[in-house]
Amino acid sequence: MVDDALLRSPQMWAAAVLLCVLGLVPVYAHAFEQPFYITLVTRVLIFAIAALGLNLILGYGAMVSFGHALYIGIGAYAVGILSFHGVTSGWAHLGAGLAVGAVAATIVGWVCLRTSGIAFIMITLAFAQMFYFLAVSLRLYGGDDGLTIPARSDFGWVNLADSTVFYYVIFAVLVLFLFAFHRMVDSRFGMVLRGCKANERRMAALGFPIVRYKLVAYVISALICVIAGMMLANLIRFASPSFMQWQASGDLIVMIMLGGVGTLIGPVAGATGLLLLEEVLSGWTQHWMVILGPLIVLIVIVSNRGIFGVLAALGGSGVAGRGGTGGRAQ
Amino acid sequence: MSLLQVSGLVKRFGGLVATDGVSLSVEPGELHAVIGPNGAGKTTLINQLSGELTPDAGTIVFEGRDITALRVHKRALAGFSRSYQITSVFPEFTALQNVMLAAQAHAGHSFRFWGPMSAESALIAVARVAIEQTGLAERASVEAAALAHGEHRQREIAMTLATQPKLLLLDEPMAGMGQHESEAMIALLLGLKGRYGIILVEHDMDAVFALADRISVLDYGRVIACDTPAAIRENAEVREAYLGDEAASA
Repeated sequence: MVDDALLRSPQMWAAAVLLCVLGLVPVYAHAFEQPFYITLVTRVLIFAIAALGLNLILGYGAMVSFGHALYIGIGAYAVGILSFHGVTSGWAHLGAGLAVGAVAATIVGWVCLRTSGIAFIMITLAFAQMFYFLAVSLRLYGGDDGLTIPARSDFGWVNLADSTVFYYVIFAVLVLFLFAFHRMVDSRFGMVLRGCKANERRMAALGFPIVRYKLVAYVISALICVIAGMMLANLIRFASPSFMQWQASGDLIVMIMLGGVGTLIGPVAGATGLLLLEEVLSGWTQHWMVILGPLIVLIVIVSNRGIFGVLAALGGSGVAGRGGTGGRAQ
Repeated sequence: MSLLQVSGLVKRFGGLVATDGVSLSVEPGELHAVIGPNGAGKTTLINQLSGELTPDAGTIVFEGRDITALRVHKRALAGFSRSYQITSVFPEFTALQNVMLAAQAHAGHSFRFWGPMSAESALIAVARVAIEQTGLAERASVEAAALAHGEHRQREIAMTLATQPKLLLLDEPMAGMGQHESEAMIALLLGLKGRYGIILVEHDMDAVFALADRISVLDYGRVIACDTPAAIRENAEVREAYLGDEAASA
């Protein structure tokens, strides 16, 4: 039903172009002998995945978590701590990261979802800070200084030590998540989540146990950030408490705002935009934040729904409005 | 056995007693109207019945089961379904899809992450029946945001019906309607009457007297009268509290 409109929407085309450009980055990097670009854009992809995860609850479920860096940290430390103890298997890293992440997210989510609005923002922030200080206190694992990781996770025949292979593994995961989200948004689960954003009270009155669905969404969103955290630790071969700082959580929100809240590809565009701007501006001047800050404010004000919100408006289709705001009861 | 038996319901907000020992019952198939002047405590009462507010005292028994402490969604799943004055869950979706969402709540769990909900034929079937019952069939594929005011009320009732209820709690379905629209709504409710127990909270007296089997009159949080429409019309206390001017000039 939507697919027809999707094909004609500028949003869809822009998304396709963005993904193609990202997919070809290693080719340019090799052609121009600038391997640094691969590392830079790998980082972009990793944060795109994290922002995508957060957007599931923030954009589609109206749960503004200001503590999702916590899960990036859990992923990074899963790789770091296991590597420290000589466990190099990527599957072990993945299993441990997801297991710890799922337990943490279920407990944290269960507590946080007792609240909503500003209280939810503050309590998610508080939990992230708790884990931040927990990481700082882990003397054995480097404490404040973080933990160096000797080698990338070992996934057998997939050699992550090769930066091009590593890049394409991450790119493939991103595309996979995008496709899964594209399906999920229109599924029963997605409808419940979006219904909660539009009118939570009505959803409960229809008979939906909304907290249960929101908690599952929260956990899924957290696990995607855990995976992003594992990738980040692999990329820079380092795990640090700073991954869990509140600024990192804030960056994820900025990426989503920049790209377009509640649009599928928005977080990818936002992560690309923010990290590349940061890179370019910091090359010009050390006071780059003075330029970046107002620029972000400007983009968000001008476009309201971010980069992809603008494209959707141009197309005049309801596609971007899928996560859209709805009337509240009375 | 009554479908719904409310006994001695009390709700206080600080010093204000918004619901002061309210008792009322709904028999199977009965349309029981609740009327009262502004500030009489109608909304507070509705919110306690639907479970959004917890009463300070009293009990609500639905089909012989005490539901006083039952959560909102569980009441809906038990067959006690509420409509709202102003709501649209998905303004950018069609009327039918909105009603399908209501059907979805009562068609198993929603931990399905893959197939599109809008293609589920079982949900479409339930939603179509509800849409036809409310006379909205021709507008089923119109975006909810583009529906007229009266049509929104029809969609709202269709959503309530799609939850397979036994008892409907209708919150002012005529509010803000023109003459023509409210006549259509009265006809719609007459069609539903007898098939469901209905609690109708309404300001429109023409509608109430045309539809109700019994009327409870609320004033300062108390039920000052509960009787047939004819008896309520003649009740002196009610005339004074509420119908006053209207009855005097008649």
